[in-house]
Amino acid sequence: MGKESWRWFHRFGSPPHVYGLADRMVPWFAILGLACLLTATVWGLAFAPPDYEQGDGFRMIYVHVPAAWLSLFVYVLLALASAIGLIWRMKVAHAVAIAAAPLGAAFTFLSLATGSIWGQPMWGTWWTWDPRLTSQLILLFLYIGFIVLNRAFQDQRSGDRASALLGVVGVVNVPIIHFSVDWWHSLHQPATIAKFGAPSIDTAMLIPLLVMALGYKLFFAWLLLRQLQAELLQRERRAAWTKALVTGPGGTVK
Amino acid sequence: MNSVFLAGLYRELLLAIRDTADVVTPLLFFVLVGMLFVLGLEPMPELLQAVGPGVIWVAALLSALLGAERLFRADYQSGALELAVLSPEPLSLHVMAKLCGHWLVSALPLLLLSPLLALMMNLPTQALSVLALTLLLGTPVFTILAALGAALTVGLRGGGSLLALVVLPLTIPVLIFGSRSVVQAVNGEEVTGLWALGMLAVLALSLGPPAVAAAVRISLE
Repeated sequence: MGKESWRWFHRFGSPPHVYGLADRMVPWFAILGLACLLTATVWGLAFAPPDYEQGDGFRMIYVHVPAAWLSLFVYVLLALASAIGLIWRMKVAHAVAIAAAPLGAAFTFLSLATGSIWGQPMWGTWWTWDPRLTSQLILLFLYIGFIVLNRAFQDQRSGDRASALLGVVGVVNVPIIHFSVDWWHSLHQPATIAKFGAPSIDTAMLIPLLVMALGYKLFFAWLLLRQLQAELLQRERRAAWTKALVTGPGGTVK
Repeated sequence: MNSVFLAGLYRELLLAIRDTADVVTPLLFFVLVGMLFVLGLEPMPELLQAVGPGVIWVAALLSALLGAERLFRADYQSGALELAVLSPEPLSLHVMAKLCGHWLVSALPLLLLSPLLALMMNLPTQALSVLALTLLLGTPVFTILAALGAALTVGLRGGGSLLALVVLPLTIPVLIFGSRSVVQAVNGEEVTGLWALGMLAVLALSLGPPAVAAAVRISLE
């Protein structure tokens, strides 16, 4: 245990290192992610048995549930990256948080939209103040607040640190929000609506769902790395390594 | 240590007395929002009673937000905030003094005004004590969260709407527990949300000042 063992961690502080690493990882995530998504789509839509109550309507689960899982996961990732950026003053960690935010917001929106579309035939209404939908809506606002605060600063570093603090405070708040919304809902509407994605799901439906969730995760990792690369290039546009990327080694700018 | 806190608190109160407009505006806003809701709705007693707790709580929240926008601005512009950061005493202590002073001049009068709004909303008298108690537990959390947003946005131009966007989602749990507890009291049911409000107040009071201090440091960097 010496300085040597921490070298791998410190290297994540170096934008060119992370940029190169992302370049090498992107094809893997892209190929595996697309393969999973494709398999699960065909499997879930064509081969999984229809639900005895909801018929084919339940198939929305394959789009909705992975998006909902990911929306929370991405927020935790964002808060973790924010905390690392605040504590170790790591620029790359802030870039990860900023790169993840719009993706997380998009997945949150996707889960809201698909939940609403699923709710129309199942519940007979586009929107109901179901605790999960409500929590997702609040989560969407947390994402938007994070992005808007970061963009409001002229100085990138201040914006990074301000939004990072907000992200950390937000992640402390997320379980409290879930709890309070559940409590709020339980008061005036004792569980009349059947819970969605109950644990009693059949294995034949569950396996494609898990493959789809894995596909979503890999797809997200792919997008995140690309977004991170763009963010790093933009931040480091005056650095020597970005110029070398454009011109090639020893070349001149065209 | 203690003298820093007391000096800060004294300064805050003195500033409030010297410039009463800053103190009175959010309070008038609180009453006005309540009145606007009544005028926007039909003044049916049952309807007002049903929406009253929520309206009062939202009005209190918006008033806290309005008052917090100026919380750090004058100190930021005059450089007093920078001195507090540079002083040898912990910044959270300065922040705590400021927040306590701010709560005393903004939330405490609001608490005293709340029966007035309860009357406008036709709430039964048995709910008044619960309304006051929930506001007593909930307004410190509002003050701290709004201060966090104010500290993060103090250096930005036009921080008002940004402050709202950043802070409002975080305040939702307090709003839910506070407002619902009052609803339960109005309906004569057992009040079950108080412990959660107390928990949130303890959480905010213990984690809030260091977080706001960190936000102040970020804004001054």
